[in-house]
Amino acid sequence: MTVRTLRSAAWKRYNWRVILFSLLYCAFLLPAVYGFKHHLIVGAAAWIVAVLPAIPIIGIFAVMGRYLVEEQDEYVRMLMVRRMLWAMGFALSGATIWGFLDNFGLVGHVDGYWIVILWYFGLAIGGFVNRRTLGDGGG
Amino acid sequence: MENRLRVLRAERHWSQQDLARRLDVSRQSVNAIETGKYDPSLPLAFRIAELFGLGIEEIFLSPSRHSSKAI
Repeated sequence: MTVRTLRSAAWKRYNWRVILFSLLYCAFLLPAVYGFKHHLIVGAAAWIVAVLPAIPIIGIFAVMGRYLVEEQDEYVRMLMVRRMLWAMGFALSGATIWGFLDNFGLVGHVDGYWIVILWYFGLAIGGFVNRRTLGDGGG
Repeated sequence: MENRLRVLRAERHWSQQDLARRLDVSRQSVNAIETGKYDPSLPLAFRIAELFGLGIEEIFLSPSRHSSKAI
């Protein structure tokens, strides 16, 4: 019988899936950037190619949800849920503040997908808070 | 939540790792429960109680009964 660790089997599966979707993201994004830059994509295909890079990112969100389902250690699962709540709060707060600043013409407009980057940054903040308050980061 | 997990574990000369293995949880989970940083779910509390052959209330101290605050 082996002892569970914070790096559980579910965590390892999660990591592999994230790597897979990240590679898929690169595979979709690079040709899309090249295609649009050189005006190679038009019409309905442009819509499909433009949306394709978003699909693996959505896939990563699904992978995170799957991890919460598959993680057998309830404490480790709780650590990840806390990180996700921090990420959600950070991303939504950042987007709200930027939205108002943008609205009143104080800052420039930014692309919507930056909220995902904020979300990931919030995930790191959540890990830091977990370490400070509970002694374990959780992932 | 306060509990007697550390004492019960020490009586059996088990390390946190030993207890974690018996409960099929991470060592970090055992540590978090022992230090009162994490309250286990009811199913895990039952597993802990059954492992030590005790009732849940003999391991986990009711916060309302053991509160020092006057109501």
